[in-house]
Amino acid sequence: MEPNILEMNHITKIYPNGFVANDNVTLTAKKGEIHALIGENGAGKTTLMKVLFGIEKPDKGEIIFNGEKVEIKNPADAIALGIGMVHQHFMLASSLSVAENIVLGLDNGFKRFDLKKAIEKTKSMAKKYGIEIDPEEKVQNLSVGNKQRVEILKALTRGAKVLILDEPTAVLTPQESEDLFVQLKQIKEQGHTIIFISHKLKEITSFCDRLTVLKMGRSLGEMDVGCMSEREISHLMVGREVLLNYEKPISIPKEKVLEIKNLTYIRNGKKVINDVSFSVHGGEILGIAGVEGNGQRELAELVSGLLKNYEGTILVSGNDISRDTVRMIRETGVSHIPEDRMTYGVVKNASIMENIIADRYYKKPFIKNALLDIPKLRSLANNLVAEYTVKCDDIDQEIRMLSGGNMQKVVVARELSSSPKLIIANQPTRGVDVGASEIIRNSLINMRTNGAGVLLVSADLNEVLDVSDRLIVMYGGEIVASFPSAKAVDEHELGEFMLGIKKQDMKEGQA
Amino acid sequence: MSVRKIETRFDILRLLLAVFLAMGVAVVIILFLSDDPQLSLKYLLLGPLTTKRRFGNVIESVIPLLFTGVGVCIMYSANQTNMAAEGSFFLGGVFATAIAIRTMPPVIHPILCILFGGIAGSFVTMIPALLYTRFGARPVVSSLMMNHIASSLGIFMINYLFFDASAGFTCSLPFQKTAKLPVFVSKTSIHIGIFIGVFVVIMGWFYLYRSKNGYEIRTVGKNVSFAKYIGISVPSVIIYCQVIGGFLAGMGGAVEVLGMYNRFQYQGLTNHGFDGILVAIIAKYNPAMVPFSALFLSYVRVGADIMSRMTDVPVEIVYVVQSVIILFVTAERFLGGLKHKSIVREIERSMAQEEKANG
Repeated sequence: MEPNILEMNHITKIYPNGFVANDNVTLTAKKGEIHALIGENGAGKTTLMKVLFGIEKPDKGEIIFNGEKVEIKNPADAIALGIGMVHQHFMLASSLSVAENIVLGLDNGFKRFDLKKAIEKTKSMAKKYGIEIDPEEKVQNLSVGNKQRVEILKALTRGAKVLILDEPTAVLTPQESEDLFVQLKQIKEQGHTIIFISHKLKEITSFCDRLTVLKMGRSLGEMDVGCMSEREISHLMVGREVLLNYEKPISIPKEKVLEIKNLTYIRNGKKVINDVSFSVHGGEILGIAGVEGNGQRELAELVSGLLKNYEGTILVSGNDISRDTVRMIRETGVSHIPEDRMTYGVVKNASIMENIIADRYYKKPFIKNALLDIPKLRSLANNLVAEYTVKCDDIDQEIRMLSGGNMQKVVVARELSSSPKLIIANQPTRGVDVGASEIIRNSLINMRTNGAGVLLVSADLNEVLDVSDRLIVMYGGEIVASFPSAKAVDEHELGEFMLGIKKQDMKEGQA
Repeated sequence: MSVRKIETRFDILRLLLAVFLAMGVAVVIILFLSDDPQLSLKYLLLGPLTTKRRFGNVIESVIPLLFTGVGVCIMYSANQTNMAAEGSFFLGGVFATAIAIRTMPPVIHPILCILFGGIAGSFVTMIPALLYTRFGARPVVSSLMMNHIASSLGIFMINYLFFDASAGFTCSLPFQKTAKLPVFVSKTSIHIGIFIGVFVVIMGWFYLYRSKNGYEIRTVGKNVSFAKYIGISVPSVIIYCQVIGGFLAGMGGAVEVLGMYNRFQYQGLTNHGFDGILVAIIAKYNPAMVPFSALFLSYVRVGADIMSRMTDVPVEIVYVVQSVIILFVTAERFLGGLKHKSIVREIERSMAQEEKANG
């Protein structure tokens, strides 16, 4: 039996808004194992790892590393101990080369920076761990998968004995994920411990040794992966088996609510969206699958009017929107659930009510004698909070105090309650717990059944496959595949389209 | 008790502690400086209450701060750091003078003066706003420049257009009797401008918290990206909040000269605009709190003034008090650790309770 390299005992972390992210959580990791830390979004996995890496200070509990009690005040402490972390969002200097990133910040005394030595060091480290990477390439030219390799190599170069990976596969295609697993196994064989955050069951059963399950900030214990089935693990994670089968009546497409013809959008000389054409009818959900950053965000922002100066035509219910402001577009019946909730979705220091009324405070029934009709606005907010089961003290609570899922419910409540004809839902359930996700997805399906058209952009394969009626795939700003029925799409094939390995002859399926 | 209540409680605690600490610092300085610290302190703290005239001084100096304070509240609620309320106030006084020296029917006369002052003031703050929305020039810098332009323009106008050669010093022709805002409390200079000021406070609150423009201003101030996403026209909000802010400051300048003086006799900027920023910060940009913060500031100022006249402690001590208060009020993290601990305690208590309830 290998000794424990790491023990986190009774960790409690409460955020300033009163949210209990970790409640008396204990986690132990053995030398040379891949330890999965699993749980739904919002279960406290990332927080626990931030505590370990010195980004968050725990309110209670102790950390024992290599048999000694340690206090980790900041990431520098963590790195010095031999803890490395690969964040969900990479922390790389993109204009520098791989080798420069690897050695960046390593103590060099006052000597001149030696690029040759950096490249050598990178090469030797890469060879040691069997990671294939070109040390001289600039990071900005690398694929997401390769950037991740750089991050891993960076952590290892800094002497990481324990390597934390925060949902590493969330940004990867299935093929890239496979490569990652092979690499992680090699790293493990050299005696490193890997803590692998995930909520994907297949990954855990395929290559992790042990696992810790978190649920609502609490630990449900540690188990050996070997003696558990996927079904058992999922049961632990969500308290029920994951059932992503949404009941949908048959889609009855009506008139076109969105028509996009030869849309091209250029930013910094790069075609972010390249000659895209498709349309959305009332009464259907058109899913756009794709790895993030392939033009979906820009597409959503163009249709909602946040971005202008495009080539081609965008028609909303038959009207050209090229000269319309965001408000005019909203007035024609367009709703937008934005991708980035904290930046675009809410005003975090404003009350729930102020967030809910944002799209209609200026309209007829809510204005009385040139002033806001507060009682009416309050009753609107109260009704919506009840309808969407937003968990809060009352509607005067500042929205920053809510959990991610409840915040998103407020956004969805606002966007869906204005009886829109077209709903742009961009990653509507990202960072949202399963319960809230279900409510949100069902609301979208209801809207569609009642005649609205939905444009669903999502990087979550299950979501696009199960919620959409039709499906298109975007890669590199283009539509590379189109499926008239989302039900019939094979997950693996979809992955290949998303990665750009395959491309449909666009004549076969008119989007 | 909810987390929200804890936060409110700590906000109040922080303000009280800020005042307390500031006074503490003042006391320490006085102990070092003064030969008779007890007397000095008495004048500082209680001086304004000793005579009617002295208390009158406090109220008189509150009046202009109501205007500039509310004006700044409106501009800063949209997160527009415009410092030109100072110039607005000054030029507002000058333009009011332009009307006040002419013959006109009573009642209409001061109204027209104040209106004119407001319009002049709104131009001063509008220019930095336009420069920002058009060219991206940060208002912090351009508004400070505007103050110089406003003061130079004002001095020029007084010296070349409304100059009274017979007065023997740089000042305008005397105001007509019909233009003056009458004093209504005997033995003081408290004039009816205070009612206009209170009206502005009330309207300012309604505007910011009950009108759709106010909602837009606050939304832009808290999250510009969200404002754009939801369809608020951000440039127009940025412009109108500053036009209104400048208008109020300009009104303040007009009211001040008409209420307190018989002719325009400022030789340069008066600091009322910058004081408005202090008042608005302490009021947390809520017009309803402006009278209280203005009263506090005026009280301390008058107290310090009396102390410096009666004892050997210089008046500058009041700036130390002011600075310490602003420092702690704006230091969000002050008491942050304590606040966090009490939130943690509270959450733990409620969790334990829940557990008990669940058996």
